Amino acid sequence: MFHILHAEWLAPGIRRFLIEAPRIARKQQPGQFVIVRIYQEGERIPLTIESSDPQRGTISIVVQSIGKTTNLLNSLDAGDSILDVVGPLGKPSEIQKFGTVVVMGGGVGTAMAYPTAAALKRAGNRVISIIGAKNKDLVILESEMRAVSDVLMVTTDDGTYADKGFVTDKLRQLIQNGVPVDLVLAVGPIPMMKAVAEMTRGERIRTIVSLNPIMIDGTGMCGGCRVLVGGTSEFACVDGPEFDAHRVNFEVLVQRNTTYREQERESMAQFRRGHEAQPAAKTETVCAAEEARP
Amino acid sequence: MTAPARPSLNPLPLKERMKVPRQPMPEQPAEIRAANFSEVNLGYSPELARQEALRCLECAKPACTKDCPVGVKVHEFVQLIVAGDFLAAAAKIRENNVLPAITGRVCPQEDHCEGGCLMGKKVKPLGIGYLERFVADYEQHMGFRVLPKVPATGKKVAVVGSGPSGLTVAGELVRKGHRVRVFEALHELGGVLVYGIPEFRLPKTIIREQLDYMRDMGVEFETDVVIGRTITIDELMEEEGYDAVFIGTGAGLPVFMNIPGEHLNSVYSANEFLTRINLMKAYKFPAYDQPMLDLHGKDVAVIGGGNTALDAIRSALRLGARKAHVIYRRSEAEMPARAEEAKHARQEGIEFHMLTNPVEFLPDSEGWLGAVRCLRMELGEPDASGRRRPVPVAGSEFEIPLSVVVIAIGTSANPIVQSTTPGLGTDKRGYIQADPETQRTSRRGVFAGGDIVTGSATVILAMGAGSRAAKSIDQYLTTGQW
Repeated sequence: MFHILHAEWLAPGIRRFLIEAPRIARKQQPGQFVIVRIYQEGERIPLTIESSDPQRGTISIVVQSIGKTTNLLNSLDAGDSILDVVGPLGKPSEIQKFGTVVVMGGGVGTAMAYPTAAALKRAGNRVISIIGAKNKDLVILESEMRAVSDVLMVTTDDGTYADKGFVTDKLRQLIQNGVPVDLVLAVGPIPMMKAVAEMTRGERIRTIVSLNPIMIDGTGMCGGCRVLVGGTSEFACVDGPEFDAHRVNFEVLVQRNTTYREQERESMAQFRRGHEAQPAAKTETVCAAEEARP
Repeated sequence: MTAPARPSLNPLPLKERMKVPRQPMPEQPAEIRAANFSEVNLGYSPELARQEALRCLECAKPACTKDCPVGVKVHEFVQLIVAGDFLAAAAKIRENNVLPAITGRVCPQEDHCEGGCLMGKKVKPLGIGYLERFVADYEQHMGFRVLPKVPATGKKVAVVGSGPSGLTVAGELVRKGHRVRVFEALHELGGVLVYGIPEFRLPKTIIREQLDYMRDMGVEFETDVVIGRTITIDELMEEEGYDAVFIGTGAGLPVFMNIPGEHLNSVYSANEFLTRINLMKAYKFPAYDQPMLDLHGKDVAVIGGGNTALDAIRSALRLGARKAHVIYRRSEAEMPARAEEAKHARQEGIEFHMLTNPVEFLPDSEGWLGAVRCLRMELGEPDASGRRRPVPVAGSEFEIPLSVVVIAIGTSANPIVQSTTPGLGTDKRGYIQADPETQRTSRRGVFAGGDIVTGSATVILAMGAGSRAAKSIDQYLTTGQW
């Protein structure tokens, strides 16, 4: 049992939890994730660790309501508990002094990009952060990102906040303006990460993406999270989740992530029926956000 | 034939024993069990058990005990069955085997105790596995527990992984008075016994009762801990005060074939397929949240010829598959699966395609798996494993239509513990190096055994390693000598 000490909405459908998990808190490094199972009949899902506090023995995770499990999780509050939290899993981000680093967070991906941005800053890099969301309400962790960045750019798809457009527009501008970029880290929806990879490939800018395929155990045992990288199978849970963007086969990733689309819809419909009392609008907004384009 | 070494409780003269037929194991009829997950074998009645036990020749130099990786005193427990003292028989097994209800079900007895049985040379070997299962189940039904009273030694042992090797180490060491804590990465205890072996071969209640027994004996368990990630071996020893650590992390990463089409959505590894079913209960979706592909009316195949392959395909059959195929590149003689499982699978209507090797998974019009393209093979010269190497027959390509395929061709070493434990010696394939007698690794106080040392093997071989490790850990903790 893992106790939720604090829970807050960062945006509609995006919630941050402070969870008591002393062992994970002591070991967490940027780029790593946890696997969570909420209750006995629940599924295991991977979730980003946004930050941790080894002294207090807490970790914080950021969750976007997308399917049944994330919706259920986001219905929990301080005082509730989660049956299983395992981690920290995956290889930590490679942190060293690269020079100028562009950190890109799309939607809830910003939560995963944030600890790595902070570590890159501490390592002496010039950090240019670009975060984007569908609209004003869905922009998250802006002040946190600002605090660890030399420059922060914000975009919204609809222009309701900051600059209208996609995070990739900002990256293109940087490249066009001749800003020397030594490394790009992109975390967000697959189409965004793919667009970033295509943009930096020709420029020969080293680019890292954090992948989030279907996963069960998170320790390498099941192989469900295999992704094609440079033509060979790699497991996101033990070989990743971060990979060289220019070697990732994004088409296979997109296709494999659709495996259970039918079951996911059924689960979600069942969840909605059980939660008729809840305003449906919240979930719908969020389902739309899932399809966010770069 | 050797004469009995001591006065026998068996009323039958030796010659008469040979005439008693091997008592068949009662089982669910194949056509019924192929549609349910209940256990295939139903177990001996006391009458059947005594009848079977009468067949033991009580050899002076019994091959059964010698060939058992944990050295179960077969004679002695079988004699106790003859005498009708089933609980004493169970206690006798437990002297060497902490998981008798499990080994009685999943051991490949033909490779161990029953393989060298003298009876088997003339007629059929003694049903040692069936008898072991009978007394273990009898003990569980009686709820009878003998809790050892041993003084605490004050020594602490951490066991990494709650599979067969780890549980053996824990069960043996707690009886010596050491404090033992078992760490498990998953949310449920039992390792491969829980995520890998299906209900129809090893019911979860059996494992749970064995675990409860261990708890009663004082073993501590902690789930959701990935050693190497959540806490390292060094931290266990330096910060949490463990005097010794046993690594039994088991089978590792699933191996894929690296052939085209392997990334299609309906291509599973056996570990993923079985984990979804056994651990996550995905076949009960949507009552359970973890999904799996609906197999009703689908053509399903497994690639491979081991126990895991048969577990996977027989599960698929039970989940409604229309056709269930086993595709194996060698011949039946080389199949590593237990003889009984292959027999059961055939009875249930599984189709076997021997000497057949997949070369490509072909998509259907909507991008899901549609068929597998295979080559016929023939057996050539023996390879490194001593088995005859399968060689492709030129121009023999053919296709089998399929909706779902499960790849069960083995595993490779999981790197998590090795890569986070400085100074821990590994071989060139990444498995942990351990002395075959003492199970000691290159790190003082750290022992290892089971699949993480040998590569994919069996429950009983892992338990054998656990048993040897327990002896040498006890010795190390008692003498302090490495």
